[in-house]
Amino acid sequence: MLEIQNLAARRGYVTLFSQVSFKVEPGEALVITGANGTGKTTLLRILAGLSHPLSGKILWQGKEVRAFDPVLRNNITFIGHAASLKDELTAEENLTLLVKLAGEEVTMDALREALREVALGARLTVPARVLSQGQRRRIGLARLKLAPRPLWILDEPVTALDPAGIALLTGMMAAHLAKGGAVIAATHQALDLPKGAMRQMSFQ
Amino acid sequence: MVTDSSPAFPVKEAMAFGDGAFTAFAWALRRDLRLAMRSRAELGVQILFYIIVVALFPLSMAPDRELLLLLGPGVLWVAALLASLLSLPRLFASDYADGTLEQMALSPLPLPALILGKISAHWLTTGLPVVLLAPLLSIQYSLESEAVWVLMAGLLIGTPVLSLLGAIGAALTLGLRSGGGSLLALLILPLYIPILIFGAMAVDVARSGASAGAQFSLLAAGLLLALAGAPFATSAAVRISLD
Repeated sequence: MLEIQNLAARRGYVTLFSQVSFKVEPGEALVITGANGTGKTTLLRILAGLSHPLSGKILWQGKEVRAFDPVLRNNITFIGHAASLKDELTAEENLTLLVKLAGEEVTMDALREALREVALGARLTVPARVLSQGQRRRIGLARLKLAPRPLWILDEPVTALDPAGIALLTGMMAAHLAKGGAVIAATHQALDLPKGAMRQMSFQ
Repeated sequence: MVTDSSPAFPVKEAMAFGDGAFTAFAWALRRDLRLAMRSRAELGVQILFYIIVVALFPLSMAPDRELLLLLGPGVLWVAALLASLLSLPRLFASDYADGTLEQMALSPLPLPALILGKISAHWLTTGLPVVLLAPLLSIQYSLESEAVWVLMAGLLIGTPVLSLLGAIGAALTLGLRSGGGSLLALLILPLYIPILIFGAMAVDVARSGASAGAQFSLLAAGLLLALAGAPFATSAAVRISLD
């Protein structure tokens, strides 16, 4: 699905990593671990097409793609550190906007159902400003459900989630892998995913 | 594991140029208008600033009708420029801070159309009030009603250009930790000069009895040029800021 060859990245004058190569196939999860500041976020941003690598190639289905390539934008959901929510808007409004921005249509019923599944059913109409960090991340989970994309790129997806939320996330990831999707996630915590589908990569 | 013969994920072709442009434009316009309605206080500040700047000039000068008549159009235009400048840093700042701008840049919807929607919402909430308040504020400068019409028409064509050009600067100064506002002013104010000159000149020409057609044509040409170029330049600037 996604392949990278000899990727290198630099932030300021520091070379974060070089000669990174790997391949992610449908049904596979790549979990990237490593200390703070080793370039995990930078790598994920490059893979999502938000950042240009210093050198190296990114290939989608064997074809080379560059940053902001429409192919990447059509096939990837990227969830970064920020939850991309507007404090003034309600959970419902925020989710509608995010799903529409992903180019998908959604009915009100499907939307409410998705929010109920991530246990935000009782928080549909409160402004996002009063939601907790964990609840904000859960809106992102509902979005993964409503805007299906083959590749999920998740930066620290378990941050601020409670054990039930982590179980929900790993359940969603396992279902996504079983459907033939792929996941690339950076995390400090072990994820409870099917052993055969998960590969670990460590950054130093 | 039983594999489904039909692919679970529909293969999406890259969108052709222009596809989804209207959806994108409407998405951004409606969202930003809704956000503006939820935080009306911020809008009020910018409009109040415009009113106060215009009102300060007559207070600081000798109450000479001829002098005020001469200065009026220029003062209104400069105040419109400053009011636009005051609101520009906010155009992308909150989207940048909360990660929405990232999602816009990664959306399959075309980024220039999303940005044009945002700019349109910015103009409707900051430029249009400036146009509509102009007749009220020109009373202080005892402008004749015909001059007021010309002033309003000029502002109506000119203020969208301010929003369009300003968006480029706002996007370019996004990544800066501090001082983004003052750098933005240095970047953008020189670009505003032609609009200021032709906008204020149109009123003077009309007051002297001639036709201001030439000035309006130049303002409209500026608007078309900005409309065609600014959304693309702003998208490029947003992508640079995100990198």
